Amino acid sequence: MPQFSTETLSKVHEIIGRYPAGQQKSALIPVLHYAQRELGGGWLPTEVMDYVAHLLQIKPIEVYEVATFYSMYNLKPVGRFVLEICRTGPCCLVGAERIQDHIEHTLGIKEGETTTDGMFTLKTMECLGACGYGPVLQILEQFHQNLTEEKVDALIASCRQKAALMN
Amino acid sequence: MPKQILLANIHQSNLQQIDNYLAVGGYESVSKALKTMSPDGVMEEVKKSGLRGRGGAGFPTGLKWSFLDRKSNKPRYLVCNADESEPGTFKDRYLMEYNPHLFIEGLIVSSYALGANTCYVYIRGEYWYLIEILERAIAQAHQKGFLGKNILQSDYDLQIYIHPGAGAYICGEETALLESLEGKRGNPRIKPPFPAVVGLYGCPTVVNNVESLASVPWIVNNGGEAYSQIGIGRSTGTKLISACGNINRPGVYEIELGLSVEKFIYSDEYCGGIKNGKKLKACVPGGSSVPILPANLICKTAKGEDRLMTYESLADGGFATGSMLGSGGFIVFDEDQCVVRNTWNFTRFYHHESCGQCSPCREGTGWMEKVLHNIEYGHGSMDDIDLLWDIQRKIEGNTICPLGDAAAWPVAAAIRHFRHEFEWHITNPQEATRPNAVYRGNQLLLA
Repeated sequence: MPQFSTETLSKVHEIIGRYPAGQQKSALIPVLHYAQRELGGGWLPTEVMDYVAHLLQIKPIEVYEVATFYSMYNLKPVGRFVLEICRTGPCCLVGAERIQDHIEHTLGIKEGETTTDGMFTLKTMECLGACGYGPVLQILEQFHQNLTEEKVDALIASCRQKAALMN
Repeated sequence: MPKQILLANIHQSNLQQIDNYLAVGGYESVSKALKTMSPDGVMEEVKKSGLRGRGGAGFPTGLKWSFLDRKSNKPRYLVCNADESEPGTFKDRYLMEYNPHLFIEGLIVSSYALGANTCYVYIRGEYWYLIEILERAIAQAHQKGFLGKNILQSDYDLQIYIHPGAGAYICGEETALLESLEGKRGNPRIKPPFPAVVGLYGCPTVVNNVESLASVPWIVNNGGEAYSQIGIGRSTGTKLISACGNINRPGVYEIELGLSVEKFIYSDEYCGGIKNGKKLKACVPGGSSVPILPANLICKTAKGEDRLMTYESLADGGFATGSMLGSGGFIVFDEDQCVVRNTWNFTRFYHHESCGQCSPCREGTGWMEKVLHNIEYGHGSMDDIDLLWDIQRKIEGNTICPLGDAAAWPVAAAIRHFRHEFEWHITNPQEATRPNAVYRGNQLLLA
């Protein structure tokens, strides 16, 4: 069974303590975020979800129900960097479709796909709440706003650089 | 200089630091309320203020508070709805980022008024960076004695916790939010019972929007009467408007309710006019769910009066010729934007975000998306327009929560005001699907 680091585990217990006794299920959504990042490599394999169920003393099905409902949880393996681009109306008014085309062309993938080197996944998102600063995408919940083709190229290059440094 | 209640001082100093916030009079309402006012006294001022829910529905906040079940001996909760996800809306994000302590202060005085000792802030998961900002602010407020046990020796205890969501528009609906906060799928509950009686964990609960709660400190400090003097008629106070689309100055503006729409769009103080010297085609004034209005109906009402940024004026003419103030997500379309494509885009959004509980919404949104996709991509027929009209009518009012209405209205309004554009797509499929094709009047242009 996968296991959180001691540090994350104490964070998880602190989160559980925010809710009344017997309502530890409330911690599910926050804890799944940590699980996806720390244990799943960006997605939620079944054994990770089962571990979260065990931690929160709830049934595994209760975790699956939630994991399949919310769009921030990934149910398939993803690349090292998930480019989450907003595709909703206001971003499209200022060129989001052009930016998405550019990413697809540059990386040679379509939405929902991962590059063969496992570096990038392109995911389309519904409104990210940055409509005045579009086109916008997120990488690990970090906003990258007012995108242009040049900015996207620089962003992709900086991801590659980061990966090279970490290797 | 227009009145600033929510964004005052944000450009002068870094208000994320509590000392800077205290230096401009921050947390005064906490001392005033806890030391000199009863909880009911605070509620009375909020009622007098005429403050209306800033999340979109516009229901009077004080009245909502008064529904809280006070006879129950269960704990009471204040839950703040920071799930901002109505397309076009990004005001709460701005407020929480640049004025986090005002927000925390609002949570404290509001919790006090409601007799709640625990307050949860349900924030959308995509705003993860804000969680750190808010938790830091909460820690600072604890250090200064504005939170925790026996706040300012008043015997009043309060804890505030930030709870992230994980990507679901539906969780902005208050009962779906409560389900989500309990660790479940965001399926809205059947009402009644209302959350004020059976809310979080079955306890009496009030759910309010970020901006509504952040307005409370000013009301406590200055009195509900003074707040009700700002604005026009039943649209009292100031409102954050998040402006986006094809304008020169997109961003978040605090306006006094009653400003003219024309001034808001064209003045350099606000949107600064339409970008690239183009003309205004249409506007969705209150987030994607509210009816789109063509240029001739956005600045003037059908009666030819100036349209104002108020709940009443934006709704003047009903859905035939009016719209709604909604969440204040102000989306502006220039003359080269395609209403059919945008309607398809919005409908895809609602289809994606439907929780799937009610069949009219689950099936209807997907059906409308397909029909709109067909029209946009040159495979539509004239019957499709009537079909869309029929589907949206059968969704509206037939679902547990308002997502169904929110999905139906944009389609209805687009057909009502831009039927010719749908017809043009259907009769000119080759032109309509040409890359960069722009329909302007009855003319095809290539952008």
